[in-house]
Amino acid sequence: MMFNKNKIKKQKDPIWIHIILIISVFLVCFPLVFTIIKSTQSLVEVTTPSLKIGTSFFSNIKHIWIDYHMHTYMLNSLSYAFIITLGKVVLSLFAANALVFYQFRFKKFIFAFIIITLMFPIEILILGLFEVVSNAPASSFSEFILWILNPMELLFAPTKYGFGIGDTKIAIIIPFLASATGVFLFRQQFLSIPISICDAAKMDGVNSFQFLFRILVPMSIHTIGALTLIQFVYIWDQYIWPRIIIQHDSAQVIQVGLNAIQSAGDSIQWNLVMAGAFVTIIPPLVIFALLYNSFMKGYALSSNK
Amino acid sequence: MNQNKNAIFKAKVIPYLYLLPTSLVLIIFIYYPALKTFVLAFYRSNFILGTRKFIGLENFKNLFTGALAPGFIQTCFQTLAFAFFVVILGLSISMLLAVLTSEKIKGAKYYRLLLIWPFALSPAVASTVFSFLFNPEVGLVNTILQAVFNIKPGWLTNPYLAFFVAVFAAVWKNLGYNIVFYIAAFQNISKDPLEAAEIDGASRFSKFIHIIFPLLSPTSFFLLFTNITYSLFDSFAIIDVLTKGGPMGQPPFMDNVGMTTTLMYKIFLDGFGGSSNMGFAAAETFILMIIVMIITMFQFGIVGKKVNYDV
Repeated sequence: MMFNKNKIKKQKDPIWIHIILIISVFLVCFPLVFTIIKSTQSLVEVTTPSLKIGTSFFSNIKHIWIDYHMHTYMLNSLSYAFIITLGKVVLSLFAANALVFYQFRFKKFIFAFIIITLMFPIEILILGLFEVVSNAPASSFSEFILWILNPMELLFAPTKYGFGIGDTKIAIIIPFLASATGVFLFRQQFLSIPISICDAAKMDGVNSFQFLFRILVPMSIHTIGALTLIQFVYIWDQYIWPRIIIQHDSAQVIQVGLNAIQSAGDSIQWNLVMAGAFVTIIPPLVIFALLYNSFMKGYALSSNK
Repeated sequence: MNQNKNAIFKAKVIPYLYLLPTSLVLIIFIYYPALKTFVLAFYRSNFILGTRKFIGLENFKNLFTGALAPGFIQTCFQTLAFAFFVVILGLSISMLLAVLTSEKIKGAKYYRLLLIWPFALSPAVASTVFSFLFNPEVGLVNTILQAVFNIKPGWLTNPYLAFFVAVFAAVWKNLGYNIVFYIAAFQNISKDPLEAAEIDGASRFSKFIHIIFPLLSPTSFFLLFTNITYSLFDSFAIIDVLTKGGPMGQPPFMDNVGMTTTLMYKIFLDGFGGSSNMGFAAAETFILMIIVMIITMFQFGIVGKKVNYDV
């Protein structure tokens, strides 16, 4: 037996595995390499088949950064992604904390109420959400009260009053702040905490806030890392909602802004488009590199065995 | 496990306060808009003019009969085909690659690294790059094809080719995500059966069929459903950047809407585009909601047996 096992370990790697993997790596990575190379070329070079690294990288970047407002889009997208991710993590920590460490009525119902929202991705809500977010609010307080006390109007008529915040940054942030995925992940993780730790904490007389931030958060650091990675990329990728609700460049996100470079002018300046694509992929790549290990551990914790 | 196992605190109000922010956001920005979308489906509503008139079930009737129906039915068919190809190709390729990079081979770590980075790729970036690569005039693919075979396919102007370019862009974008989950799952499965099989001299193929594939099935189910929702919703950006829903197919069946128009894209076009027929778009959304609901229930039904949601 031992002999057999050693033999297997000393076996050479089958060459076909390397061939399949090398071809796959080429196919998966080539579009990115292509993008990076093309982002360094000038407008004349970019439409030729040449794959030589050009010298126009900085002038391309400067061009999109200023003329195509990429600096605004980049700042917007970064701040949206950080604010929403932080909000999602904190709000889900709060909710999961209540669901696991407290006894109260309607617990099952509230958990189901949160989890059911997984069925409603933001894309499916755009018609209703657009009106709720962008319709003008009631002009007077009494009008508002009359409306909200009339269930027929409030529930069964098309949206009459909204928040009047269409085309603002808040319109992008608020609808995303809650996270059913986050509540689910944290709840799974909290339930796996041994009861002895909870009892010890209670004996020491810590209050709920101390328990949450001094004990739970440090114990959940990999789950937080995993959730941060998932949500950052999710927000960074948002496209349809910003495209609909935002009209001004000053609040627009980078994914929609990138498409604007392609749509501008009579003929497409592919060198600028490729520079834009390259810039757009950098922040999520950095976050991914930073949180990958955390994600692997956090996922291992929450996964079922 | 008892759901009150760790419930060490007793308080009347505090747990509700902890749950309040999440609940408020969900009620106001998910449940209420969902209800309002449903209500809208009973109205004739113009986005640009802002007019509304109650018309009962007419929007739903128009989905299946009358002038608007062929476009809707063609779109449903295309959505299913798109989801089918994206999910099947995406899952099989990523499972194969994840398993191969988990073999004890030289450089496995680097292969993994080079295959998972598309996790950070967004749909809009993926389709931007593809729209250049497959540009019929200046794209690299056609430059090479013309030089070698002297052909110049209209990748984004031929309806069938455009459909498959969109499928490939969607698969490429999601590979990193799928491979990451498969690798994470592979690291967590017990290695004992695999080692036992190795000692018994099982071939790679039979190890894969009899051991790895079944052990990865919970992850496959999870990914099956995330990939379906991905192909239904996140593909919007891919289509918007790459083809804008076009190009039009051929008569007699495929010439009602563009070949790459999926249900999500059609909802956007009908609701916010030229016709701005929000009521009709809402009726289409209702159909999409039902599809998602069935998928989700199916997911909870199957995964629920593996992951205990009631712990």
